[in-house]
Amino acid sequence: MDFSFTEEQEQLRREARTLLADRYPPERVAELADSAEGWDPASWGELAGLGWIGVSVPEEAGGAGLGFLEEAVLFEELGRALYPGPYFSTVALALPELPAELQRDVVEGKTRWSASLDGSLVPDLAIVDRVLVARDGKLVAVPAEGEALETMDSTRRLGRIAHGAEGEEVGDASAFERMRVRAFAALALEAVGIAQRALELTVEHAKTREQFGKPIGIYQAVSHRLSDSYAMTELARSLSYWAAWCVAEQDDEARVAAAAAKSYASDVAVTVCEYAIQVHGGTGFTWEHPLHRYYKRAQWIQSYGGYPAVQRAEIAAAILG
Amino acid sequence: MDLRDTPEEVAFRTEVRGWLEANIPTELTGPRSGEEAYARAWHDWSRKLSDAGYAGLTWPKEYGGSGAPYSHQAILLEELARAEAPQHMGVIGLGMAGPTIIAHGTDAQKTRYLQKIMTAEEIWCQGFSEPDAGSDLAAARTSARLEGDHFVVDGQKLWSSFAHIADWCILVTRSDPESTKHAGMTYLLVDMHAPGVEVRPLRQITGEAEFNEIFFTAVRVPVENVVGEIGQGWAVAMTTLLHERATLGFALTASLEVNLRKLITLARERTEGDPILRDRIAREWIELQALRLTNYRALTQLIKTGMPGPEGSVSKLQWSEANQRLTKLALEVLGPEAQLWNGDGAGYWQYQQLRSRGNTIEAGTSEILRNIIAERVLGLPRSR
Ligand SMILES: Cc1cc2nc3c(=O)[nH]c(=O)nc-3n(C[C@H](O)[C@H](O)[C@H](O)COP(=O)(O)OP(=O)(O)OC[C@H]3O[C@@H](n4cnc5c(N)ncnc54)[C@H](O)[C@@H]3O)c2cc1C
Repeated sequence: MDFSFTEEQEQLRREARTLLADRYPPERVAELADSAEGWDPASWGELAGLGWIGVSVPEEAGGAGLGFLEEAVLFEELGRALYPGPYFSTVALALPELPAELQRDVVEGKTRWSASLDGSLVPDLAIVDRVLVARDGKLVAVPAEGEALETMDSTRRLGRIAHGAEGEEVGDASAFERMRVRAFAALALEAVGIAQRALELTVEHAKTREQFGKPIGIYQAVSHRLSDSYAMTELARSLSYWAAWCVAEQDDEARVAAAAAKSYASDVAVTVCEYAIQVHGGTGFTWEHPLHRYYKRAQWIQSYGGYPAVQRAEIAAAILG
Repeated sequence: MDLRDTPEEVAFRTEVRGWLEANIPTELTGPRSGEEAYARAWHDWSRKLSDAGYAGLTWPKEYGGSGAPYSHQAILLEELARAEAPQHMGVIGLGMAGPTIIAHGTDAQKTRYLQKIMTAEEIWCQGFSEPDAGSDLAAARTSARLEGDHFVVDGQKLWSSFAHIADWCILVTRSDPESTKHAGMTYLLVDMHAPGVEVRPLRQITGEAEFNEIFFTAVRVPVENVVGEIGQGWAVAMTTLLHERATLGFALTASLEVNLRKLITLARERTEGDPILRDRIAREWIELQALRLTNYRALTQLIKTGMPGPEGSVSKLQWSEANQRLTKLALEVLGPEAQLWNGDGAGYWQYQQLRSRGNTIEAGTSEILRNIIAERVLGLPRSR
């Protein structure tokens, strides 16, 4: 038993964190989030150049031939940075289900994808090229046409796919089950990145903000919420890494692990953000402060594929029959 | 990352599982009772665990331990939970006194005490808390006065679990009457059968008396029973508490797992389709996995670096609250009959639920643990 990342994976984490902190400081994320497109299309070429898009794609198709654990590191770091762009949609949802000839274009950064899971709203519809949908038991690729919708989390906007567009069959609909498991694991990891970042911002604030002549972190009504945030985040982290490992190994427990991780980690991210807003006081309630964007992403994750009670019902079915 | 057992771990797990199938006692599966027959069966079981090498599994071979890696300890606890097997009787000896003696004791002390802890020939208790020193252990006042080659101990300890059946006590004393706080404390191993030691059981909210008051009146303790240096007892006591909180993680999770298994069995019979109860049980299942996995993360960290990581500090805090929620949930599943001591399960859940209230008080209250996380892990300013 070894429940840790390898030195190479930790190295990838350090590189990703440094790069993303440089490219996506909170001001930049705010600027993009409030822009019409909601992202910087030039960023996609950079991610492709870094090899991040094709991490788990086989080398024959132009990828790095690594696995979901390396991707897991990136999901967590991209979540932490609140990267606005269709990485989750392309890499977690669609890419592994595409035939090799289509994968190559994706890995090179030429095409971006998303999917409609269970016929639901499509993440990043407006900024991808094609979308995977289920039709008559088949996995079908259709053009990303439809209605872009105003979304609470403006760094990951949803869209409603237009019906009836001509599509290309690329597999069968069993793909959606795998997609859901991957999506839940990826989102759980993002949620951990978000919770961790929100906690760090808040600890910093609690150390420096003074009231009644003392740093507010001295008051237990403040510090104990942060201790709880830390504890919850660590548990969420353990579940998310478990889910990631199960996906990477195609373990039998992957489905329950991903459901457990997504439900727990997204609840945790939301709660940690709520504590963070409270501890920041009036500042935490402003549009200007970055916290609300973390909060909104956390809620986006919570809602995707059904709020956590839906995943818990799945777990109850597995353990209680 | 590989969450599977290594071949060597598989072999150990198989061995333990087989051994448990052949040896698990039937007398100890019901709720705990104070009867003598129960105590004898518990003693026999502890002895069996010891003979098989499962008590003191990670302790050094030269003192009778098995010298096994920590991962085996984790596997053993998981398998004990899976089989719903009872614990070893010497909880304090194995979890606190033993590890402290291994870390700070002399060779003579290791030879004298460790073996008998494993075999349950000698039961230990912990004399830390006092009437005016609970969370603030540094306020302890029980005095130890050096007279030649003996300390003379006077004072009172409180809430000492198993003191009524204990042969030995790990005792935190103040050996320098002029000192305050962390300085001037001495850590002693005290014979509970020595003249001047008096134990008075205290009845708990469960009705049983598992913890006690201990009065020390001019109790003579030979200087060779000092652990560590005279006057350096605080550092030694911290080792005990570290063990109490850290290595306990797996044991606690294992006991939670036993309760969750029992709850699931109960719920299968009783909650047909109740979506709210199903949701709450799923929540507890998830929380248990999270705790179990967090222990594994901490264990990997410990094995790789030799230092427990900060994630270990959350185990006891989260476990205690999980156990409180889970046992209350079990009563709800039982319905109005939950009020009966002799209903279904013969008092098991009633006892477990009441006992769980102690979980957020013993071994560091939840508030103290939150202070520790805030100050030592997050680096927030000290509240005291
Ligand atoms: C079942 C059980 C078994 C036990 N077994 C043993 C044993 O074997 N040996 C032994 O020595 N002791 C034992 N104890 C005692 C236990 O360690 C103490 O009860 C515990 O440390 C709290 O001390 P106290 O009871 O004096 O409460 P206090 O320290 O008076 O605390 C009362 C309340 O105030 C809070 N509080 C105190 N200080 C702070 C602070 N700085 N910030 C915020 N809140 C604070 C506490 O969290 C608590 O809620 C046992 C207790 C229980 C319940």
